[in-house]
Amino acid sequence: MGNKDSFGRTLIFVLITCLVCSVIVAGAAVGLRPMQLENKALDKQTRILEASGLLESSMTKVEIVATYTKYVEAKLLDFTTGDFVEGNPETFDQRIYALNKANSITPSDDVAKINRRSNRTIVYLVKDDSGKTDTVILEVRGSGLWSMMYAFVGLETDLNTVKSVIYYDQGETPGLGGEVENPKWKKQWAGKQLFNSNGDIAIKIVKGGAKAGDIHGIDALSGATLTGKGVENTFKFWLGEEGFGPFIAKYKNGGL
Amino acid sequence: MADTKEMKKVLFGPILDNNPIGLQVLGICSALAVTGSMQKALIMTIAVTLVTAFSSLFISMIRNQIPNAVRIIVQMAIIASLVILVDQCLKAFAYQMSKELSVFVGLIITNCIVMGRAEAYAMKEPPLMSFLDGIGNGIGYGAMLMAVAFFRELLSKGSLFDVQIMPLLRDGGWYQANGLLVLPFSSFFVIGLIIWAIRQYKPEQVEKD
Repeated sequence: MGNKDSFGRTLIFVLITCLVCSVIVAGAAVGLRPMQLENKALDKQTRILEASGLLESSMTKVEIVATYTKYVEAKLLDFTTGDFVEGNPETFDQRIYALNKANSITPSDDVAKINRRSNRTIVYLVKDDSGKTDTVILEVRGSGLWSMMYAFVGLETDLNTVKSVIYYDQGETPGLGGEVENPKWKKQWAGKQLFNSNGDIAIKIVKGGAKAGDIHGIDALSGATLTGKGVENTFKFWLGEEGFGPFIAKYKNGGL
Repeated sequence: MADTKEMKKVLFGPILDNNPIGLQVLGICSALAVTGSMQKALIMTIAVTLVTAFSSLFISMIRNQIPNAVRIIVQMAIIASLVILVDQCLKAFAYQMSKELSVFVGLIITNCIVMGRAEAYAMKEPPLMSFLDGIGNGIGYGAMLMAVAFFRELLSKGSLFDVQIMPLLRDGGWYQANGLLVLPFSSFFVIGLIIWAIRQYKPEQVEKD
């Protein structure tokens, strides 16, 4: 065992190295996990508050959590019926739920290229001070040029007028498609109408800029044709029959 | 124990005389990816410096025990563990940053500088010097990263560290943002120009034909 290059020494050395490294890595992963989960939850709550217009940049962590718990109610929704269902939204994990083939479908017209759609989702109802629902927040996603883009859409209770569209996770080209996170671009969503007077999906991305007074048009991002297409298709899918269509039909005249 | 002069050389040499990107031409891949903004470049610099310094330290500490046949894989195991550690810490303490850097933190493992220094320096030299060598190379890498990020962020967004320096045309200012520099490959131009500038200043770095 004297020679460090002997077979036995090599084997022992590798085993010890692996053991030490794995203990360190596992220790860090387990030890830091609670903080990481907290960060993740906080990030999501921050985005939801942003979509509901309640977020102020000066808010501390504690204030964000407090505001969230005070005003936001999460509810489970069944896509097919458009009804709320029983269940605990806190423990509901859509990805795990949708793993069961019986709990998800392959969309018949997958314009947003999402592959599978879970049969249930969480809808966030944001209350005002009197406890009346004031904003409804839907979770949507769709493929852009490179990546799946995830967003929260804040709607007025008529489920037609947009309050905000917050993209919070995407991997589009920084500076081009990545500008879906640009505050200036986000701002123009406020007040737009998703459906026209016939009830058809009308929201669209307009190349060269939407005309003043166009209540359905959003300016396209220059240099990001395919990202814009992805955004438009995301709305086309999630407002349609296999998305939130049944839910919107049921509640657009009030009842939330 | 090495004298202070030697230490200084190891620590500060890589900034200009022996820059890992400029002269050794290592670590180009990440220099393209994370130089879009100064802040990202700074976090990446800190992460790479920590990983290089500590991996060199640990490898140097056990350098006389590492069997020759498996030395590269042992280096990899140590580097990979450190990178995971950095990634986990970022997720726990700087969540927004870890979201933006996303895959690039994981890719420190494949950053040639880390392994290059482990194999070329830490396998032969004592721990303290290896540690300093790691820090020095991290700083050298970082200096180049920050220099590239300086030009890219300033010319493509008119800002530095997200503070607007030149008001953009689209916000009612006077500066027309340069869209080319938004894209990662534009770093090649900037790195090329910087290498040219360094070699003008230090002609001994020019390769002989």
